[in-house]
Amino acid sequence: MTNTLKSLLAGTAAIALTSTGALAVDLEFYFPVAVGGDAASVIEDLTQAYMDENPDVSINAVYTGSYADTTTRAITAARGGNAPQLAILLSTDMFAMIDEDIVLPWDDFVSEEELESWIGGFYPAFMRNSQTEGKTWGIPFQRSTPVLFWNKDAFAAAGLDADVAPETWDDLVEFGKALTIRDDAGNVTQWGVRFPSSGFPSWLYTGLVASNGQDALANEAGTEVYFNTPEAVGALEYLVSLAGEHEIMAPGILDWGATPRAFLDGESAIVWTTTGNLTNIRANATFDFGVGMLPANVRPGAPTGGGNFYLFDGASDEQLEAAVDFVKWATAPEQAADWSIATGYVAPREDTWDTTRMQEYAQEVPGALVAREQLQYAVPELSTFEGPRITQLLNDNIAAAIVGDKTPAQALADAQTAADAILAAYQ
Amino acid sequence: MFRRDWLIAFTFLAPALILLFGFTHYPAIQTLIDSFWTTPRGRRPATFAGLGNYTRMLEDDIFRRAMINNAIYAAITIPTSVALALAMALFVQGRILGRGFLRMAYFTPTVLPLIAVANIWLFFYLPGFGLFEQLRSWAGFSPRNWIGTPDTALYAVTVVTIWSQAGFFMIFYLAALQTIPPSLRDAAAIEGCAPLTFFRRVTWPLIMPTTLFVSVNATINAFRTVDHIFVMTQGGPNNASMLLLYYIYEQGFRFWDTAYASALTVVMVTILALIGIGQFFLLDRKVHYR
Repeated sequence: MTNTLKSLLAGTAAIALTSTGALAVDLEFYFPVAVGGDAASVIEDLTQAYMDENPDVSINAVYTGSYADTTTRAITAARGGNAPQLAILLSTDMFAMIDEDIVLPWDDFVSEEELESWIGGFYPAFMRNSQTEGKTWGIPFQRSTPVLFWNKDAFAAAGLDADVAPETWDDLVEFGKALTIRDDAGNVTQWGVRFPSSGFPSWLYTGLVASNGQDALANEAGTEVYFNTPEAVGALEYLVSLAGEHEIMAPGILDWGATPRAFLDGESAIVWTTTGNLTNIRANATFDFGVGMLPANVRPGAPTGGGNFYLFDGASDEQLEAAVDFVKWATAPEQAADWSIATGYVAPREDTWDTTRMQEYAQEVPGALVAREQLQYAVPELSTFEGPRITQLLNDNIAAAIVGDKTPAQALADAQTAADAILAAYQ
Repeated sequence: MFRRDWLIAFTFLAPALILLFGFTHYPAIQTLIDSFWTTPRGRRPATFAGLGNYTRMLEDDIFRRAMINNAIYAAITIPTSVALALAMALFVQGRILGRGFLRMAYFTPTVLPLIAVANIWLFFYLPGFGLFEQLRSWAGFSPRNWIGTPDTALYAVTVVTIWSQAGFFMIFYLAALQTIPPSLRDAAAIEGCAPLTFFRRVTWPLIMPTTLFVSVNATINAFRTVDHIFVMTQGGPNNASMLLLYYIYEQGFRFWDTAYASALTVVMVTILALIGIGQFFLLDRKVHYR
């Protein structure tokens, strides 16, 4: 008995020794989960599958909370000289990462040919938030775009065609009026529209600005913002009018996180939210629902959002090589299709949509295609140097306009002045 | 001999000293130093800013907003939770039916993590389908968006704080009330003393040390308890529910302006120290310790 145990121990030790030989590469990888569902276990399955194929690489995938928590941990770790090799962070964190000088551009680690075939293969709408100064800093992975969800039963009950989404701003107001139901006392029992405005209203607002004809809220260098243009002011006036003049949306700030719940409970008949909620809503809706593009005004428009892979400075050459290889593998069609189907995130490359699995999924869930079609009209999410501060300025002023503390024009003029002062240091 | 004693004493002190210096004193000193420098970025090292971070506060509208909000928040949470705690303690110390159950019910909010509590309250407050809204709609009132309106957002989060901490303070009052000798009550009964007079002349003075302790704690909490802000309002709408500590977090860990966050921290610690010292010196004279 003792002998067997001894030889067993010796054997295990021998295996352990050989498997941690000179070739083994350890990677640390931070990832956030921003949507419901089991995205965390999908990521772990993904890294496990890669390790099975590449036994000399060991990836430690660390779930690091929300996007904000992940950014905090990555920056703190990097400042302490202990950076991970890879992290998924918001695409809009690009300038902050460059400013902190803790990330490396991907271009230096791929061949000329791959620059074309791999980095060139992502949808341009996603790359606009991933490239600056002529370099690629982020590889799109868990990317999303906002869409409209509409309750077909509520549409039919209101005498609307259940299969037609509001396509324009005017449609949205008109449908919203038909869908807003009041009881005898005048209290609303069902709102027409819900445009969530807590936390980060600037994201959905970017979509309104785009559909009002303005390409983006900042320049590509991240040093200038365009908040007080007629297009931007018009978009905010429209947003304020939904709850104000038209009375088709609940007044005040509407919570982002409660939006799927509001839709599923029938509190709102049309909601604006991310494609990331598709899986959740599909699993829990007790009624027929449709998924449509954001309504157009001058043109259709929507922002992109979500997270990119970042490559951190401070790793060995072997680690960098392995990290780049892992990301190439994770964004390859089969893996990207698994990921997109499991989470509802938009597959960021054309070739993913060509896989049989993705085509079957698109047949089954037509809503998934809406996001992809919308990408041709997509503009980048607001991203600048001092990004969180600038975005917060805009969020605060949008909130001030929604609750009536400021007029839309005044709010945006204030945001512009304050943002100009902060960005002056970078111009 | 002297040296050996000294060495032994130091060895015993060392674990506590190292922890205290490493995690309290050193960071505090470093924060003070950092507050006089600019924030270093990867591409731009820190430069000496003198009082720059402090003069910036004077012109910072959101900082002013946070200070005013915090004053209102403290002015409501401190007296209300102390009064509520005392009322609950007086209520559940008597011989009433279901006393154990009531005590547990009052104490429960304290054991729940504030983040979880805030998520529950978030749904209570939601316009349209939250609990309060359903109650209000039965009563025939029109719905209100409690946390999405600047006029009510701060008060909505204030209620959550009071709810979550009053039960904790109640435990201290309950313990203090148990220590009042029954002979005093008997004597008062013989003298024909009214319950209110007994409370004012006997109970209240005797539990004064507890009141001091509880109110110091409530004061610290008024600056320290911001967990629910993260979940419920993120300081919004338009900074209507911004509190000082949340603002420090936002500056330090969202905007990565660590220098400004350090300066704000120095201000907050100074305020807390002044209030704490003031409370002890002013109230101490009125407190009987036996």
